[in-house]
Amino acid sequence: MTNGYADLAAAAAASGSLLPEPDREIAVLGRVPVGASREAAITHLQRAAIEVRRRSIQTVGDVGAGHIGGEFSITDALVTLYLSEMNISPEQVEACDPERDRLVLSKGHAANALYTTLVAGGYIPAQSLRTFLQPQSLLNGHPARTKIKAVEASTGPLGHGLPIAVGMALAAKLARSPRRTFVLLGDGEMQEGANWEAIMCAAHQRLSGLIGVLDRNRLQQGARVEDTNGLEPIADKLRAFGWEVIEIDGHDFAALLDAFAATPAVSGKPTMIIAHTDKGAPVSYMRDNVAWHHKVPNAEQVALALIELDAILAGIGKDAK
Amino acid sequence: MSVELFDCRDTWAATLANLAREDDRIMAVVNDSVGSSKLGDFQKEFPARTVNVGIAEQNMVGVANGLANGGRVPFVSAAGCFLTARAMEQIKADVVYSRANVKLVGHSPGVAYGELGPTHHSIEDFAWLRTLPGWHVLAPASPKETEQVVRWAAAHDGPVYLRVARMGVPEIYGDDYRFEPGKAVTIREGNDVTLAATGVTVTRALAAADLLAIGGVFARVLSLPSIVPLDAEAVLAAARETAGIVTVEEANVAGLGGAIAELVSESHPCPVRRIGFRDFATTGSAEWLLDHIGASAQGIAEVARELMMGAK
Repeated sequence: MTNGYADLAAAAAASGSLLPEPDREIAVLGRVPVGASREAAITHLQRAAIEVRRRSIQTVGDVGAGHIGGEFSITDALVTLYLSEMNISPEQVEACDPERDRLVLSKGHAANALYTTLVAGGYIPAQSLRTFLQPQSLLNGHPARTKIKAVEASTGPLGHGLPIAVGMALAAKLARSPRRTFVLLGDGEMQEGANWEAIMCAAHQRLSGLIGVLDRNRLQQGARVEDTNGLEPIADKLRAFGWEVIEIDGHDFAALLDAFAATPAVSGKPTMIIAHTDKGAPVSYMRDNVAWHHKVPNAEQVALALIELDAILAGIGKDAK
Repeated sequence: MSVELFDCRDTWAATLANLAREDDRIMAVVNDSVGSSKLGDFQKEFPARTVNVGIAEQNMVGVANGLANGGRVPFVSAAGCFLTARAMEQIKADVVYSRANVKLVGHSPGVAYGELGPTHHSIEDFAWLRTLPGWHVLAPASPKETEQVVRWAAAHDGPVYLRVARMGVPEIYGDDYRFEPGKAVTIREGNDVTLAATGVTVTRALAAADLLAIGGVFARVLSLPSIVPLDAEAVLAAARETAGIVTVEEANVAGLGGAIAELVSESHPCPVRRIGFRDFATTGSAEWLLDHIGASAQGIAEVARELMMGAK
């Protein structure tokens, strides 16, 4: 039923329709080394996040489909969680360790960012990215738990991830386990009523082990969120519903690490980290542009993005010295 | 002589409590439906393992998925009408597509809520749910079968929907009865015509077979506790060996009737008559509504005779 690493590698090898090879394969940096300084940790995450973006934009360009804007806005949070914050490893996933932390990508359309982050963390083989959306691939346009063992929940239809995460956090609480449950939400997705059912429920059940990351990129598929069905004042609403709220720059790794370190909240409440992000960040021509929800970059645009990303990569760690 | 009738919810609740005593993974997840699911005693005995999410069905099903991810065996227990209609996308994506170890228990199914009207009827569930692949859609016909099905669902690793009848039904099985998933039960032998029923209509089909026997017509009565997967072997044997199949269900005819009609039309065409709902139900008690659509003993027998006349 569940397919692990070996099946993914075999499926990639067997696929008759592999996407082209990237300009260079993604560097699998793995977790931030134990005992690393805060500076070293941030540098590690910055590098990994650029590696993930430069690989995922090539996948999207090659396949001609994807949701690159919302993938880039959530990449820094995904990388921080898988490579640093979560108590999880490929070995724990393989062994179905009940004490592993859980992550639910409720904005399932950012699947490519998840898959590429899983590659960066050593959960799935890099080769499998070349099967993205290809016939019989295990890498759907939206993540499926029956196809990839490291995927905790099948998502795609919006408003599903938070209720599932509430159940996971409740299971942890019942087991008196310190494990945490993370759920990554789109901001447009907060228009779904089911999320508010779950928000009420999480507060009522006092699920401090539940941590949401709200990818506040301000854009949904067709327009600005605030021009469609506005969320503001979203922090006040969440506090009124009984949640702790932390607002950060979602592209600032120091802020991400600090926010996660403040969980579980001592108040016993669940926490929502409102991560202010930019769709398409940090690529200049995509950033905060609604067109890049599921627009596909052409070869020239991919090349341009790679130049910008490589320039950032070359500068990482230099400021700190 | 009056036949004793049972509310299968009592069996359901007692069985769940017995299972919960043996296995601490068992949980109940409800939408303010403790009373209507008869889980009051369960909640008293297992307060931490009864999760009442309030009136929020979509969240309820999602939460069950998360509990299953954490190694629990959640039984989502809610009125069938709200559970299936309101949370259909969660059932599709979070339960069936996800192959989650979640048990969905539809209470007061069919037209059990009678006079409350079509908003509270759950006659669409079979038709909706049988389009989802690779799981189990079950409707036990009696208390013993309810106990068997609940026990089987708890032991089975995977998604299940089961209907628990509210309408009183007699016990039709002995202590040796064992539910087998995907298998029909031939509860009356006969080779003239087949009556295929599920859930509360099984006893009505048996009564119809008694009426037919008085006139020398020997009907085979198949009880199909499994709508999904359907027992193709038993249905096709009935198509081959009898004049045709009359389906009877407390549901829209696109449920069991639709499933059987599709199967025989592709594999062994035979006359099929479907008794069930074809419209939103009018006002009436559950019993009256079933009689009204022709699911009475007389109504079923009449349709069977018509089928046999037409088949000649």
